[in-house]
Amino acid sequence: MGLPSRGAAAAGLGPESAVVRPGPPVVVPNPIPTLPPEGAAPGSSRVPGMVLKAFFPTCCASADSGLLLGRWVPEQSSAVVLAVAHFPFVPIQVRMLLARVQQAGRVGLAVLGTWCHHRQEPEESLGHFLEGLGAIFSHEPWLQLCRGRDGWSWSCKATRRQTPPSAATVGEDQIMLILYDQRKVLLSRLHPPAVLPDRQAGDAPASAGGLAAVFDTVARSEALFRSDRFDGGPVRLSHWQSEGVEASILVELAKWASGPVCLLLASLLSLISAASACRVFGLWPLSFLWSKLSTCGQLRHRLEQLSLVFSTQKARSPAQLMRKANVLVSVLLDVTLGLLLLSWLHRQDRIGQLADALIPVADHVAEELQHLLQWLMGAPAGLKMNRALDQVLGRFFLYHIHLWISYIHLMSPFIERILWHVGLLACLGLTVALSVLSDTLALLTFHIYCFYVYGARLYRLKTHGLSALWRLFRGKKWNVLRQRVDSCSYDLDQLFVGTLLFTVLLFLLPTTALYYLVFTLLRLLVVTVQGLIHLLVDLINSLPLYSLGLRLCRPYRLAAGVKFRVLEREPGRPLRLLMQINPLPYSRVVNTYRLPSCGCHPQHSWGSLCRRLFFGELIYPWRQRGDKQD
Amino acid sequence: MEEEQSFSDICGGRLALQRRYYSPSCREFCLSCPRISLRSLTAVTCTVWLAAYGLFTLFENSMILSAAIFITLLGLLGYLHFVKIDQETLLIIDSLGIQMTSSYASGKESTTFIEMGKVKDVVINEAIYMQKVIYYLCILLKDPVDPQGISQVVPVFQSAKPRLDCLIEVYRSCQEILAHQKATSASL
Repeated sequence: MGLPSRGAAAAGLGPESAVVRPGPPVVVPNPIPTLPPEGAAPGSSRVPGMVLKAFFPTCCASADSGLLLGRWVPEQSSAVVLAVAHFPFVPIQVRMLLARVQQAGRVGLAVLGTWCHHRQEPEESLGHFLEGLGAIFSHEPWLQLCRGRDGWSWSCKATRRQTPPSAATVGEDQIMLILYDQRKVLLSRLHPPAVLPDRQAGDAPASAGGLAAVFDTVARSEALFRSDRFDGGPVRLSHWQSEGVEASILVELAKWASGPVCLLLASLLSLISAASACRVFGLWPLSFLWSKLSTCGQLRHRLEQLSLVFSTQKARSPAQLMRKANVLVSVLLDVTLGLLLLSWLHRQDRIGQLADALIPVADHVAEELQHLLQWLMGAPAGLKMNRALDQVLGRFFLYHIHLWISYIHLMSPFIERILWHVGLLACLGLTVALSVLSDTLALLTFHIYCFYVYGARLYRLKTHGLSALWRLFRGKKWNVLRQRVDSCSYDLDQLFVGTLLFTVLLFLLPTTALYYLVFTLLRLLVVTVQGLIHLLVDLINSLPLYSLGLRLCRPYRLAAGVKFRVLEREPGRPLRLLMQINPLPYSRVVNTYRLPSCGCHPQHSWGSLCRRLFFGELIYPWRQRGDKQD
Repeated sequence: MEEEQSFSDICGGRLALQRRYYSPSCREFCLSCPRISLRSLTAVTCTVWLAAYGLFTLFENSMILSAAIFITLLGLLGYLHFVKIDQETLLIIDSLGIQMTSSYASGKESTTFIEMGKVKDVVINEAIYMQKVIYYLCILLKDPVDPQGISQVVPVFQSAKPRLDCLIEVYRSCQEILAHQKATSASL
């Protein structure tokens, strides 16, 4: 290939705003791909026979002629073009720029070839000149991309210098041109498919798959894109930001203001958490109350989240940044909804109405319970109960309700004040308001909880007694040491008393069982309502709203993969593909970026729950620690 | 180079297979499913509306009729957007990967791209589906841990469900490209 005066080329003086002729002849791809000849150059830096893929940014498709700067990935036989350096340039400046970017991003960049865009009448000299550049920036293989005058016809050629003794001195390969949107690829984050559950996370990950390498290269070369054409640096580049660096005033202001704001809020939050960890709150009644009320749990959770968001450390990874953003948006939405609720409550003195309605509702519930007990004390559903036991239990529970009603009436003057102050908590967020609602419900139905506990304990006593006496009836005994049933010889009077007690308990069983059944159903009803409220709170807590918003408005930021489209093909021209980002589906967005919630999940399966209900053991749903209230 | 051929699916409906050979290393197969038939659409709509009218005569509430219209419209839109697939495309590019696209009747397209490094092979499998034995084309993915094992089986043309003759055509074409791919990777 002809090399014009070496001096001129070395000095880098090239044609200004070139009037050039079409470049090297177009290559006709070999219809039957063949393996390379046996004597391939030792240490050749590409996989022989593999199709060469050239990733070219769409923003450079209309750029002037120049040099292709980018990265060569030999294992995939792909060349990722990042920018085009225009004439005139000094080769040493280009090399220095590449070294600088390489140091900043730890990615090996090089001059991959030449780009030639024929706008007007082409000149012959440019073609030779471009070929001559291959001698200065030696790279295997040397790409020559060319775009025709009408903007349609593209041609690509890759030349490889093979040392003899192979027959061909220059190998021409099949080339695929893949156009990609540089801005989107730079800003997006690739989410590899979920690892199978039976593999460990660190197990031989996919060899930074061909496309992940492209994304990685573009992301690491950010230093290359920092200068635009108004900067007047030594080398004039064309890339996605060459028309002007993209920036937003709001983002810059926010970044500048976030420092002192974060410092202030972080110190405030640490003060609050130190105060709440104070010894006074460790004393028995208060600590017990804190652990039971779900409002306190929710407040603590929010405090943790806020201290995470406003911590003065920078986020270490993009996942952490997303989490911070999600938490911030979630808290903001929560507070907004809470304030809306508060304004609605205060608008027409609804608090007063609520307080006025509370006492009659509590009275009504108590009255209904009394009717229920009267029904049980009679002949419920036509069943015949044991009269004496029935009366005892019924009277006991009725007295309990009477105590409860008196207590409520005692509290009635203060209800409105209390409600008003508790309603102020709603300004901390809708989740806090819902937790307060759940706690209030628990407080108001406290008597139902008590009845459930009494009924359950009585029933359990009865079932244990029955099982022990049944064993006695059969002549067996429970061996505590061996944890098994052993035979045992009883005295006659032991057997007599035992059998008597057994019959007594057996015939009293239906009465107790009925009371137990009724109160368990009531308790389950209350628990279901509380559970629904908690589900809603969990939903608001854990939904990643920022990620969902990002997926809706900027789908290329969250990428599940890529998709290809074949562009118009002319016979004799190389294959052109357009690579687009395939966004992550919404379900995967929620799964990947879901925030950790309070963690109140039922710890029993349905089977164990039924078993516990049958034997009368107390159930503590929705909490890992003890009871709801005391 | 473009070719169009007519085949049938396992239920007897007509399918059209379009083959496009963009280059020796890039081929595309496009299967068009039978369109939504006016008869079934009318039948479903009439059933729903008759049921709604029956409920209306029982309860004398006109909300039932409006609700029925609403449900029919929403159901139709949901069906066109989420269920009815018009076209399924398989694009195989040597040394890049295999891409499967499903286009729904409402215009939505859902694409999956599998990189060539993960593809072990493309095979035709047999399956017992209700009372039939059907054939389906699937892509076998490599297991990163076990070189001889298979981590996943990805079926192709799941809603078009073509018969064996169509599958053989696609299979032959894919194997030509995969053979070249294996030759280059074996020489690594």
